[in-house]
Amino acid sequence: MFSLFKGLWIVLRHAFVKRVTVEYPEKKPVLPPRCRGRIILSRDPDGGERCVACHLCSAVCPVACIALQAAEDAHGRRYPKFFRINFSRCIFCGLCEEACPTYAIQLTPGVEMGEYKRQHLVYEKEDLLISGVGKYPGYNFYRVAGLQIEGKDKGAAENEQPPVDVRDLMP
Amino acid sequence: MVATLHIDGAAYSVKEGQNLLQACLSLGFNLPYFCWHPAMHSVGACRQCAVKQFKDEKDTRGKIIMSCMTPATEGMRISIEDPEARAFRAGVIEALMVNHPHDCPVCDEGGECHLQDMTVMTGHVCRRARVRKRTHRNQDMGPFVNHEMNRCIACYRCVRYYRELAGGRDLDVFGWHHHVYFGRQVDGPLESEFSGNLVEVCPTGVFTDKTLKGHYARKWDLQTAPSVCVHCSLGCNTIPGERYGELRRVRNRFNEEVNGYFLCDRGRYGYEYENSDLRLRHPLRLGAEGPRPIPSAEAVSYVAGLLRNGGRVLGIGSPRASLEGNFALRALVGAGRFFIGWPERERALVTTALRLLREGAIRTPCLREVREADAALALGEDVSNTAPMLAFALRQCAMQRKIKVAAAFGIAPWDSDAVRLVGQDEKSPIFIATPCGTRLDDIATRLWRAAPEEIARLGFAVAKALDPDAPEVPDLSDEAKSSARDIAAALREAERPVVVSGTGAGSPAVLEAAGAVAAALRRLGRNVQLSLVLPECNSAGAALLGGGSLAGALSEVRKGQVDTLIILENDLYRRLNAEAADALLAGVKHLMVLDHLANATTARAEVALPCATFAESEGTLVSQEGRAQRFFAVHPARGEVRESWRWLREIGMAAGQSEMAAWQTTDDLIQTLSQEPGLSGVKEAAPGREFRAAGQKIPRQPHRYSGRTAMGADVSVHEPPPPEDRDSPLAFSMEGYQGQPPAALVPRYWAPGWNSDHALNKFQGEVGGAVRGGPAGVRLIEPAADAPARYAAEIPPPFQPAEGQWLVVALHHVFGSEELSAHTPGVAQLAPRPYLGLSPEDAQRCGVGEGDPVELAVGSSVQQLPARIIPGLPRGLLGLPAGLAGVKVVELPAGGRVRSVTGGPP
Repeated sequence: MFSLFKGLWIVLRHAFVKRVTVEYPEKKPVLPPRCRGRIILSRDPDGGERCVACHLCSAVCPVACIALQAAEDAHGRRYPKFFRINFSRCIFCGLCEEACPTYAIQLTPGVEMGEYKRQHLVYEKEDLLISGVGKYPGYNFYRVAGLQIEGKDKGAAENEQPPVDVRDLMP
Repeated sequence: MVATLHIDGAAYSVKEGQNLLQACLSLGFNLPYFCWHPAMHSVGACRQCAVKQFKDEKDTRGKIIMSCMTPATEGMRISIEDPEARAFRAGVIEALMVNHPHDCPVCDEGGECHLQDMTVMTGHVCRRARVRKRTHRNQDMGPFVNHEMNRCIACYRCVRYYRELAGGRDLDVFGWHHHVYFGRQVDGPLESEFSGNLVEVCPTGVFTDKTLKGHYARKWDLQTAPSVCVHCSLGCNTIPGERYGELRRVRNRFNEEVNGYFLCDRGRYGYEYENSDLRLRHPLRLGAEGPRPIPSAEAVSYVAGLLRNGGRVLGIGSPRASLEGNFALRALVGAGRFFIGWPERERALVTTALRLLREGAIRTPCLREVREADAALALGEDVSNTAPMLAFALRQCAMQRKIKVAAAFGIAPWDSDAVRLVGQDEKSPIFIATPCGTRLDDIATRLWRAAPEEIARLGFAVAKALDPDAPEVPDLSDEAKSSARDIAAALREAERPVVVSGTGAGSPAVLEAAGAVAAALRRLGRNVQLSLVLPECNSAGAALLGGGSLAGALSEVRKGQVDTLIILENDLYRRLNAEAADALLAGVKHLMVLDHLANATTARAEVALPCATFAESEGTLVSQEGRAQRFFAVHPARGEVRESWRWLREIGMAAGQSEMAAWQTTDDLIQTLSQEPGLSGVKEAAPGREFRAAGQKIPRQPHRYSGRTAMGADVSVHEPPPPEDRDSPLAFSMEGYQGQPPAALVPRYWAPGWNSDHALNKFQGEVGGAVRGGPAGVRLIEPAADAPARYAAEIPPPFQPAEGQWLVVALHHVFGSEELSAHTPGVAQLAPRPYLGLSPEDAQRCGVGEGDPVELAVGSSVQQLPARIIPGLPRGLLGLPAGLAGVKVVELPAGGRVRSVTGGPP
């Protein structure tokens, strides 16, 4: 008998508590930046594509919804010739972001991706690539890697010595 | 001798005297290593394979030893898991990684990198060093190998492989202390035709596949299947990889009886013709305004109509097409009207070679046996260009002597530095007699440069010197006599001599002479073997199947007996001179051609059908050893491309040949084919389509294959079911048996923790030895046990250089002479430009300098070529590159005339 009134009391009390439910879509909720939503490809601070087409995101993807093809541009930089995510398969697990060695692929708080046609959920590189650095400012893979690209000679990366002169006999 | 080895307290039986690293790996332990390689053995340079050795069971301190440099002895006690040994190995990796660049995401080796595997194995995760990384400049090494020197860990495997095994001179180590540099003195293409193996030999990404870089895919994304190389007659085993419907690369598939750990560059890089723009993708019908695509059904019904209406049909097969394709064509047109599409001279050569092997008492060796031979005589064949891996095997044969010398000092064959030191310049006796210099000359004990007839006479003279019962060679020069005596003396000393010859010189007498030398050695009771190089990947299979030559086909056409001609995977304009080919094709009313690539013959075809390449179909090839080997489709054919035999079957069925309806799968066809005499072994070449491992098919895709639900999503988001493979026990899928299948079905090498090709260790019973379950393929040719060793009756007369008359011989080129590989950009880049080779004396006499235009007339064929002066070419001989684009087809050797053309080239 007592427990019945207690339950009723709790329910009544909640009628006056501040609401946590947001009247979506009239009101937009503020999602924290670490929310795992729509996937993007970011650029490095110098404006170059961050993705170097290493295939790690596609390899780790548990639903195999990422396909890409690596290519090399005239400057010696690796980039994806095409980069496709089939969002109708994506489970937004975020493993691709964890696997990415260059901070290129990032999950964003964007969740409004609904489409009437499944085919429209297939995103190509031009749909994915944004013009900013996303969540990780400052990092540029090519400044760390030993690979020579235009504008960065051998030995010019962070923590590198100038190239060895093989014909030098000095100790 | 078996020794008991105690590893971490447990007892194991290992081969006594074997090095501990090999023993531990063979037992299945994961012990990291770098400088050791199963084909190059131990030098103890990298210090990575350290283990702890204990004196006896009471010893608890032990000492660190290098397992690759320590022979296993009875009762030995070692520990792999000892904390000190583990820390030592981790320290070595950490030191190696100090200068390793932060490159893995952009490195082509990533995902199949031995350094990655070993780093993970030792547990190293974080670079603690605070020093700056050493860097190096890269070199341009030509179209096949990419160089990224920063990644080097200085294991020295590349130079050991390149200089000692492959015999290259232009890659070396430069600099000193921590500045050592592995490269060439200056930029430029690597000269060795085995340079592609650097990609597999290098434990990290210093040397990577440049053709793969152009269309890169990770190892885990490649769909792979066991295959066989189609670019020469040796039948090396390969693993081609496909992604997005395009062939991406070819890797070595280990077969201890054939290619072992290595491939030549023609085999490794010749694959790109498969992706060529010249590929036929639709059936074409020649109309007034050129060829136009037509539907498959229309093409089939049209050709069937020609056959059904009582049309007299003739079939021309091909020595580069599979047994299945040739057999299906023969079944369609009838055995009497089936001709293998080779010129009469080639037919005679191949049948002579096959007769020597099938009817004689001498066995033909597999390449392993050539590698293990202790003396060799190469008669007339430039194996470095016609069968490169045989040349590679002869290089290993030359090293056998060093191993023998070292053994006398009690040095194990795996102690490679000590063997080299003790062996010094010792090498097995190898004699090479060819019309022109070869890239194998540096290992030869003695060399002869002579016309093919003279080479044959030298061979017969050697036979006579070995066996007095052999026929006498008339009019032999004193020099030849003494040479023959020297060769005979060396061969008589050998325990396992091998005689190498082939069809490359174009002379049956050379083949007979090689047979005579082998027969003479056999009579002396030596364990001699005879290896004969054939022109193409399925020459032996075509010869076993039987059928006339193009001369026979031409006479049928001349008689007016042919309405419809069906040509299978054969460009007649490469076999016959243009006039003869025109005459043959003009004599028929209807011409149907099946081929992969558009060529001069398909351009003349009324109907051209697109047929599948080795990477899109299943089939059987017979190598020069007589080994029938099955290749499997790597990926399903796109568009309307089909296997040749499927086209022929459909045409046959539409034309009313009901027995062809029974060929539902390749196995059904092979079943019928195996009833042919001499071909009964073909069905044993690989397990049939019903084969299942633990109830499952063998997956062509690795278990990490990515992008399945996105790769086709641009076309349709609804994924199609994986293509079904009804022909083989392999599946176009990731699902299936993940363990080790039989050798003929191994689609890739991978084992947990071993992502690189070194995962092969886990597939071998003893590391470096046979794959578990035995080698792939089945030998169709075995010698008749009781056949007497006989000698050929005819000995050619001596070659006399005549004034104004030359003998034109074919010079083969590893890059350019073979039809299909010549269509790949890298091979085309390295192929020589057309030329005519003259000896320096003849050039001087004719007043011709290097590059001057000269006119060559052979019979009615006249062509203008730039002269190339070839030192060592005998006087009176002209060298014409064989099969090279831009050189007119001439049957060689043949008499010819040459004259200098003034006024420069046209």
